[in-house]
Amino acid sequence: MVRRVRIKDHWGEQRIFWIRSVIAVVLVSLLLLTVAARLFYLQVLRHDYYAELSEGNRVRTDPIPPSRGLIFDRHGVVLAENKPAFQIELVREQVGGPAELEATLARLVAIGLLDAEDTNSVKRTILSHHVYESVPIKLQLNDEEMARFAVHRYEFTGVDIRTRLSRHYPFGPIAVHALGYVAAISEQDLKHIDSAAYAGTTLIGKLGVEGAYENLLHGTPGYREVLVNAAGRPVERQGAYTPKLNVRQPVAGADLILSIDMRVQRAAEDALIGKRGAAIAIDPHTGDVLALVSTPGFDPNAFARGLTTKQYDALQNDIDKPLINRALRGAYPPGSTVKPFYAMAALKYGVMTPEQTLFCPGHFSLPGSRNVFRDWKPKGHGLVSMRHAIMQSCDVYFYTVASKLGIDRMHDFMSIFGFGDLTGIDIPGEKPGLMPSTDWKRHAYKRAAEQVWFPGETISVGIGQGYMLATPMQLAHAVSAIASRGAIFKPRLVSAVRPAGSSTLNTRPVEPEPSLNSVTPDQWEVIVEGMELATGPGGTASVATAGTPYKIAGKTGSAQVFTIAQGEKYHEKDLAERLLDHALFISFAPADDPKLAVAVFVENGKHGGSTAAPIARKMFDAYLLPDKPPAADKVPALGKVL
Amino acid sequence: MILDEFSPSRTRRTFTAGGRTLRALGLDGPLTGVLAIIVCFGILVVYSASGQNLKMVEHHLMNIAIAVTAMVTLAKFATPRYLRLFAPIAYVLGVLLLIVVDVTGHVGKGAQRWLDIGFMRFQPSEIMKLAVPMICAWYMHERPLPPTFRDLVVMGIMIAIPTAMIAKQPDLGTALLIAASGLIVMLLAGMQLRIIVVAIPLVGGAAMAAWHFIHDYQRQRILTFLNPENDPLGAGYHIIQSQIAIGHGGLFGRGYMNGSQAQLEFLPERSTDFIFAVIGEEFGLLPCLVLLVLYGVVIGRALYLAMQGQDTFARLTGGAIALSFFVYVFVNSGMVSGILPVVGVPLPMISYGGTSMVTLLAGFGILMSLHSHRKLIGS
Repeated sequence: MVRRVRIKDHWGEQRIFWIRSVIAVVLVSLLLLTVAARLFYLQVLRHDYYAELSEGNRVRTDPIPPSRGLIFDRHGVVLAENKPAFQIELVREQVGGPAELEATLARLVAIGLLDAEDTNSVKRTILSHHVYESVPIKLQLNDEEMARFAVHRYEFTGVDIRTRLSRHYPFGPIAVHALGYVAAISEQDLKHIDSAAYAGTTLIGKLGVEGAYENLLHGTPGYREVLVNAAGRPVERQGAYTPKLNVRQPVAGADLILSIDMRVQRAAEDALIGKRGAAIAIDPHTGDVLALVSTPGFDPNAFARGLTTKQYDALQNDIDKPLINRALRGAYPPGSTVKPFYAMAALKYGVMTPEQTLFCPGHFSLPGSRNVFRDWKPKGHGLVSMRHAIMQSCDVYFYTVASKLGIDRMHDFMSIFGFGDLTGIDIPGEKPGLMPSTDWKRHAYKRAAEQVWFPGETISVGIGQGYMLATPMQLAHAVSAIASRGAIFKPRLVSAVRPAGSSTLNTRPVEPEPSLNSVTPDQWEVIVEGMELATGPGGTASVATAGTPYKIAGKTGSAQVFTIAQGEKYHEKDLAERLLDHALFISFAPADDPKLAVAVFVENGKHGGSTAAPIARKMFDAYLLPDKPPAADKVPALGKVL
Repeated sequence: MILDEFSPSRTRRTFTAGGRTLRALGLDGPLTGVLAIIVCFGILVVYSASGQNLKMVEHHLMNIAIAVTAMVTLAKFATPRYLRLFAPIAYVLGVLLLIVVDVTGHVGKGAQRWLDIGFMRFQPSEIMKLAVPMICAWYMHERPLPPTFRDLVVMGIMIAIPTAMIAKQPDLGTALLIAASGLIVMLLAGMQLRIIVVAIPLVGGAAMAAWHFIHDYQRQRILTFLNPENDPLGAGYHIIQSQIAIGHGGLFGRGYMNGSQAQLEFLPERSTDFIFAVIGEEFGLLPCLVLLVLYGVVIGRALYLAMQGQDTFARLTGGAIALSFFVYVFVNSGMVSGILPVVGVPLPMISYGGTSMVTLLAGFGILMSLHSHRKLIGS
């Protein structure tokens, strides 16, 4: 085979190269045009889109938390305000490396501003933040600690005192169960709040007015645009330029004006010191709650400051249960305080007339039953009319009334006063108590034998025992309906709202509920007179209410905690303190023109007359006697209290 | 020359004096001029992109000085004869250095591309960017064109050896560029159309086979390129941020040193591989297009010089240098603007750091030497 020898053809080779080069030039041009087209697409057609993306990159919006609305009592006394709290904060990058950080924390321990055992958790917190962030390492310094830090300040770099607004309750534990408190936003809170509205906010209202009116008190956060680099660090300039950034100021939360009158509130709180109990005062013509006390309370400032687990457990496990709002959540047998209501029911249903008398031998039995219901007075009250039955709290009279009314009529009548149902007060956590009926029992029990209502059970309910349970709030609500002769209002704590920056109060209208019309004025007077007699000479509350320039109408009560077996005697001396009867007193004054209705409840207070009534007396005095002027004449013009 | 009409002026004297100097150094006036414009613009951009870091600018200037020295030295002293002699030496040396790097890479850990030679660190793969097209041109020089199938296979092997070694480093971007530079020689040499047609499915198949051998991160890059939004904070971050930067620039740009993407460091590798996005953001569309045109002029002029080459070696080497330059420009601008996957290729003459500037200008030095040392016969 002959191998063909190819020889170089210079012109031909040059031509090949030239042709290929020309093709290359065409391809190069086309591809460069592609890039140019792509640039046109990105920079012209999609410029807005990418400009927005870059804006989102470089501008971080830092929230500015709103300042929380203030809370005043009805006379303008500040109950909750925002005060600057001082805290030590540390900026890691200013401190230096790990060794310097260690040394700084050790020095803080040495001067007593940090607990040695907290060092590690504080260090972890610091390390979990960016190096340029200011991390709080000790909150709410007191004056002494501030002074101590000031002395040693020169020894520290990157550690300084910062101020932030924190919630402050000037009266501490007073009215805490009405006000509620603020505490750190919890995981659960996060589920139902708009996290954008709470950006930058650390505290949220819990319970009471703080909890119920959270959305009014909170306000609207503002924001500040901050230029950040890719690492998230705020920077002043971008390259050679300082861009313009927006700021929107936050809108403070609305101020709330409560119906609380601190004079009445404090009188009740003072009177209940050392006791477990509750006291509520209501304006019978509006439903305004002038005092709402539950003792023991706790200091809400501690929650704003941040409780340790140990502190919280201590409160939670306290045998006196300071966290429980007894006024709203304590469902107790109302005892004899229900007697005026049943007397009214007797009149309404015509089972008794006011003058009709009854002989009280000290005990009562249903016909054909050997079951004996004893009167609190073993010897009996003798012949009693309705007025005297209320005055002396004759049990036998009301056993009789109950047996004549029957449980369902009792239930229907008491329901009008709100027994067995929520009063609808504007703070959360209320319990409905229990107003039994045959219907209720049918649904409450599973077994057929237990669903039957026995006549004997009606008798117990007739003196506010047995199945019946009521909260102190319900009692106050009900007695205010007697005071107003049948006009019923939904109780409320917040009477007016003042929006941020406004000087006008938006007064909230009172909320009337269906009033009680079927009782005639004469019939009302029988009941009121009976209650007036109870506070007069020979009445159950005579000692506590003696010597007032105004007339109090009231009814004492005591509720058994400890069931006494048939035929057994009740010796209060032998019973442990926590097994003693609860003491109750419901009242209003002045009797002929009621301005205040009060219910007082003292756990294990033995007798309504001796324990509960004096507390109510102090509340009436605080409200009705002119020698105690209100703490402030009116609400300050603008909520500018910092 | 148009400027001749403005005589007698100082401009003209200066110009002709400059022209004489250039000629004396074996440099081509238009090519050197346009490259100088691009390099000077690059210095400005590096100053901005580095976050006004004067130390980096200083280092960049040093690099330019070395690169210009290399270009001038090669243009003046590297005669075609020497270059032809040197081509196989450079190739073999390059392969040996790649082996050295591979060995020391195993001793050290992870990717090893650098070789420390005292005053500077350098990548042997940079030698290959010039050595591979030169060895191919050298191989074809004695042989008649177009290349036979056997010639193509031989060149293919010469290209494949360094490409594979560099891809293994792993430096996929550079490996592809080197393969491209060799392929360009084959194409310019007149590789037949039918072979190209057959080769495309073969290359496609090879690519699919290669998919199984490349590193995970390289696979990730390709996947991310296809859909950057999949992984916006991870692998897609580069592409997304650079497109944001370019798009943010718009028609007129955000102003010099005022690109938020670049200045606030959202743009990664802003002074090196992604510097084109800084130009896009701070200067806007028109300067970007002007820059592309300038690159086009460089490529065109270089190709024109190559076309004047008097032998196969000169033409193929020159053409490969010119078109490799285009490949760098296209791969980088395509990557930054999101039409090509992210491969670590700097923007020619502008990106900060590395030895790319030295290699590129050395290449142009060779190109201009081949042009200026041609024998003046005929024409």
